[in-house]
Amino acid sequence: MNFSGANIVIKSLRDLGVEYVFGYPGGAILPIYDEIFKQNKIRHILVRHEQGAVHMAEGYARSTGNVGVVLVTSGPGATNAVTGLTDALMDSVPILCLTGQVPTHLIGTDAFQEADTLGITRSCTKHNFLVKSADKLQKTIFKGFQIARNGRPGPVVIDLPKDVQNDQTTYIPNMNKRFRSSYSKKNINNSSVNKDHIDIACQLIIKSKKPIVYIGGGLINSGANAIKELKNFSILSNFPITSTLMGLGAFPASNNLFLGMLGMHGTYEANMAMHDCDLMINIGARFDDRITGRLDKFSPKSKKIHIDIDPSSINKNVLVDIGLIGDAGKILNNINKKLKTLNFSSLNQLRSNWWKTIKKWRRKDCLNFTNSKEIIKPQHALKVLNNKIKDKDFFITTEVGQHQMWAAQFIGFDKPNRWMTSGGLGTMGYGFPASIGVQIANPESLVICVAGEASFLMNMQELSTLKQYNLPVKVFIMNNRYLGMVRQWQEFFHGKRYSESYSDSLPDFVKLAESFGIKGMRVDHPEKLNEALDEMINHKGPVLADICVDKAENVFPMIPSGAAHNEMKLSDKDKVPTSTKKGKMLV
Amino acid sequence: MIYEKDSNKNDNLRTHSLSILVDNEAGALARVVGMFSARGYNIDSLTVAQVESDENLSRITITTSSTDRVIDQIKAQLERLVPVHKVLDLGNEGTFVSRELIFAKVKCKGEKRVEALRTADIFRAKVVDSTNKSFIFELTGSSDKLDAFITLMKDLGLVEVARTGSVAITRGSSKII
Ligand SMILES: Cc1ncc(C[n+]2csc(CCOP(=O)(O)OP(=O)(O)O)c2C)c(N)n1
Ligand SMILES: [Mg+2]
Repeated sequence: MNFSGANIVIKSLRDLGVEYVFGYPGGAILPIYDEIFKQNKIRHILVRHEQGAVHMAEGYARSTGNVGVVLVTSGPGATNAVTGLTDALMDSVPILCLTGQVPTHLIGTDAFQEADTLGITRSCTKHNFLVKSADKLQKTIFKGFQIARNGRPGPVVIDLPKDVQNDQTTYIPNMNKRFRSSYSKKNINNSSVNKDHIDIACQLIIKSKKPIVYIGGGLINSGANAIKELKNFSILSNFPITSTLMGLGAFPASNNLFLGMLGMHGTYEANMAMHDCDLMINIGARFDDRITGRLDKFSPKSKKIHIDIDPSSINKNVLVDIGLIGDAGKILNNINKKLKTLNFSSLNQLRSNWWKTIKKWRRKDCLNFTNSKEIIKPQHALKVLNNKIKDKDFFITTEVGQHQMWAAQFIGFDKPNRWMTSGGLGTMGYGFPASIGVQIANPESLVICVAGEASFLMNMQELSTLKQYNLPVKVFIMNNRYLGMVRQWQEFFHGKRYSESYSDSLPDFVKLAESFGIKGMRVDHPEKLNEALDEMINHKGPVLADICVDKAENVFPMIPSGAAHNEMKLSDKDKVPTSTKKGKMLV
Repeated sequence: MIYEKDSNKNDNLRTHSLSILVDNEAGALARVVGMFSARGYNIDSLTVAQVESDENLSRITITTSSTDRVIDQIKAQLERLVPVHKVLDLGNEGTFVSRELIFAKVKCKGEKRVEALRTADIFRAKVVDSTNKSFIFELTGSSDKLDAFITLMKDLGLVEVARTGSVAITRGSSKII
């Protein structure tokens, strides 16, 4: 029997288990919208801007581990999605984005709402396709889905000319069960763990006196098994563990082995341990510049083991001694098995001095801040929030800026997939739509978007989406009336010349919320914080909370760009060690 | 993978010939070339054509001058691309042969005509077109040889060169896939 291409798109998505599609209609994608209208298995979430659609799909994907699906029209629909796609590429989030395209016979004629979507998205996708005939449609969707999800996940665009959506062709039932593309074969070949290399890695592990485990988002992408194997490894080894921004939650923050986040705004103990260690085990992280700081002074005395599913991550920024390519869960399982045969934990006293040193670093209490009775300190607000939610089933998304770093420092994550933030691209405007995607995937849970007032303005049109689907997201705006992170850099590195970093002409957020029919709140005094947060959390529907915080607060610790891990600035009293020319060139 | 830091790898620039087997589909070449430009790697020469019609594969030959470490990274980045099936750094696969072809248009009269023909003969270049004031020479060979020929022809009235870029293949009976 024959079906239209558009019908086959919907059937294929259903075969793949897709439940939600985040999208926005337009001329070149209308046949698919028509099919959406005729069925009720896949739910369409109508966004208010296509960038919002991709971030929602990212929130959905990162909180569930499933592929997030996006549907947009040609031309401006596709170009509006580009920031979201780039964000998903940088943070390895599985996204399938279907874009409408002008009919094949008009491609290349500068037709109305034509854009070279394939060309524009080539460098911001893991892969992209233009489907030129309806009989290739089903296979392309399966292949695209597989590419988005397998190996190191990422965004895939499938461009669908309107005539292809209308053409009639056959549909193959149950193709998903049998489908194998050349891509899946290639991936299997790439991830074969060599036993000898595991043995050599285990020898390094056993002998190390000053080890550190440095985990990243790849561990979360690897899934529940990897999380379990890391837990087992930690029990076996008693090694200290630190995490990147992306890896938070992969190892419980409440576990005593956890040293907190590392990197530019990481903890003193984590960064010092990275600097002084004799063995570094990187699992699913990529030696990003926010993590390494000054490369030629990065952990100079250590042997390095790097576990990653993407061979190109090995030796890209930092040369390592052993690269183990493959799924983190499987590799850790192999390591754990081997370690058990080596009677390893009995050698614990080898590392007792290292733990003594770490305890000394911990006593610096680097996240300490001076609280105030008159004005809400942002760190204090997050501490109070953390206390109120820590025993609840909660998810946090953030925007980008100071508030993001404080959220990473002051909210403790004991489970993976609970923390959604734009790490690689640092996209202001990510957090609010992402929180909507998270709430859709987790309707019963407490979902909070920790936002900056400036970032929130970048995608605040999604308040309308929030209202339409009556999603109980709590938007927690840490309103410091500044592009705070920019202001901090200007204070430190540009002679306090606060060029264009004041958030002028802000809306009245309470009235703004109310104009969408959403509960708005303002909290402007530390005394009111406690009660107000209870009210926010207990309110059944969505809340927009305007938390008026100290305008001048800075994020510490800080490793200025171009400085080494042991050159941290811990408070305003410390001299900034970077007036170096080299450092100023960095971001 | 095990890496011996600073063992055989060094930081000298070397010319590498990469053979890249890709799906013969729209955009595959753009992805390969785009990876080079996006990550700041240089391409010295590039050739591409379909080679296995039944499997619908194209072979891209890229020559690039890089350090050994950068070449490792280029290879890994290429292998990551979905349409790429195989990447070979030919220098690492034992010996290989590599050739380029040029057409050189030389405008000259009198003594210089004779000299141009004599030089062409030494290099075993073929005359593929001739007028009373010009020649077009065809020459196949290694890149060094072609460079030498072009340098000599400059003095004799070289006006234009069309050059294919290198194609390369490993010696012996082994197959790329
Ligand atoms: C789309 C985008 N544009 C610009 C930036 C640069 N940037 C990084 S943080 C920041 C300020 C964010 O201000 P706000 O959301 O109020 O957060 P705060 O730092 O004050 O907590 C800016 C402009 C960015 N990350 N993303
Ligand atoms: Mg702000």
